[in-house]
Amino acid sequence: MKAYPFDYIRAESVDDVLSALDRYGTEARIIAGGQSLMPMLNFRLARPEVLIDINRLAELSGIEDRGDHIRVGALTRHVDVARSPIIARHVPVVAEAMTHVAHPAVRNRGTLGGSLCLADPAAELPACMVALGADLVVAGNNGRRTVPADAFFMGMFETAVDDGEMLIEVLLPKSGPGTRSAMDEVARRHGDYAIVGAAAVAEMDGPAFRDLRLVYFGVEDKPILARETAAALIGQSWSPALAEDLKSTLAQDLSPNDDSQASSAMRLHLADVLARRLLPRLADPDGPHPSRTENESVSR
Amino acid sequence: MSDRSYSVSMTVNGEVVNANVSARTNLVDFLRQDLELTGSHVGCEHGVCGACTVRVDGRIMRGCLLLAVQADGQSVETIEGMAGDPLMTSLQDVFVEENALQCGFCTPAMLLTAHEFISRVVETGAYRPDRDAIRDTISGNYCRCTGYQSIVQAVERVLIQYETAPTKAPNGAPNPGSDR
Repeated sequence: MKAYPFDYIRAESVDDVLSALDRYGTEARIIAGGQSLMPMLNFRLARPEVLIDINRLAELSGIEDRGDHIRVGALTRHVDVARSPIIARHVPVVAEAMTHVAHPAVRNRGTLGGSLCLADPAAELPACMVALGADLVVAGNNGRRTVPADAFFMGMFETAVDDGEMLIEVLLPKSGPGTRSAMDEVARRHGDYAIVGAAAVAEMDGPAFRDLRLVYFGVEDKPILARETAAALIGQSWSPALAEDLKSTLAQDLSPNDDSQASSAMRLHLADVLARRLLPRLADPDGPHPSRTENESVSR
Repeated sequence: MSDRSYSVSMTVNGEVVNANVSARTNLVDFLRQDLELTGSHVGCEHGVCGACTVRVDGRIMRGCLLLAVQADGQSVETIEGMAGDPLMTSLQDVFVEENALQCGFCTPAMLLTAHEFISRVVETGAYRPDRDAIRDTISGNYCRCTGYQSIVQAVERVLIQYETAPTKAPNGAPNPGSDR
């Protein structure tokens, strides 16, 4: 199918975008990589009056080590995040997540900010932001504000970005000496959205969990932090006995969706399967656990 | 809602092209209908099948998920523009030998995807990808003849050829990574 007609504005600066948003209000859509918006346009699921193209805004691209955190511009392409040595070293959970994001041709165009602003409940990157406790910087006509990832994702395709605002950059906390992370998902085809996925960032005290942020995606309408499960694990070392109780604790944290892809019970089962894959990796990163980064995936 | 046209200028397969396009015209439709470059195919129009793959500023992308107006000022390459590229020639020859084309609808995009994959492996140095890595890479390109087995076989054969001679391509052709 072909898109409904629309007008096109090529923005040259953040101010350009904000003034166009001001002028057109909710009739405008920002297009970054367009890897999700273009299908919506082609299928006539979206019908904006005008597209505001931000692809020429070089200031929104790039990955930068700022000492205590990593700044990633909203327009940074997935492929550049996936190949970045800074990300691999300081934010490994994002590097790992990237191996599950779509396919080469889509990663070459799609952007980090686009994925976050779309807030697909089954997407990997929003869950990683919540697991990391990242900050997201949003610009509007009244200046900039920082939104913690916990408050950014509000529901299915719904974020804290208000009308007239745009996402500028994300600030990712660096992985410290005791920090360990892991992510994995179950999808029908590698690169597709997850049926269920999870991202975990933990502070470890040897084999014991000192702090744990275990975040599920594809389960409900937004990334879900498994608080009860984390609370049950804090202070404990990983053991097979611990795994026995996981499913009942996860049932307190998650109310999985029931849809044509998977029943609620199946999703809870998969959440348990993923916890059993990820938690041992956090406890013993040198153990025999498969992991994938982009380089590993071509070197295996 | 208007359907006004926008003037664009881009390089397509090395030639400068000036045109007026409607904002909603996607890149692959522009290439096929306005420029009659029909090597890039249109399948699903929502970024799943990969048949519309083209290269924009050296990277493969979905031609149905880009607007022609967005390619203004950029360099676009289609399968037609890759004729004579030594790595592409090797891929095409081996695809024929391995019967990796079948109906041929997905082939131009499969070739472009394989080309980027092998170029990247050669560029980053001496990795020996296994067949799983090839499958991962082409998983964004549907083949409805279920010919993946022979496509994987063909890509692997060319990869081995290039890996064993990373600085000098077969038949004395230039390094396959050198045009990037």
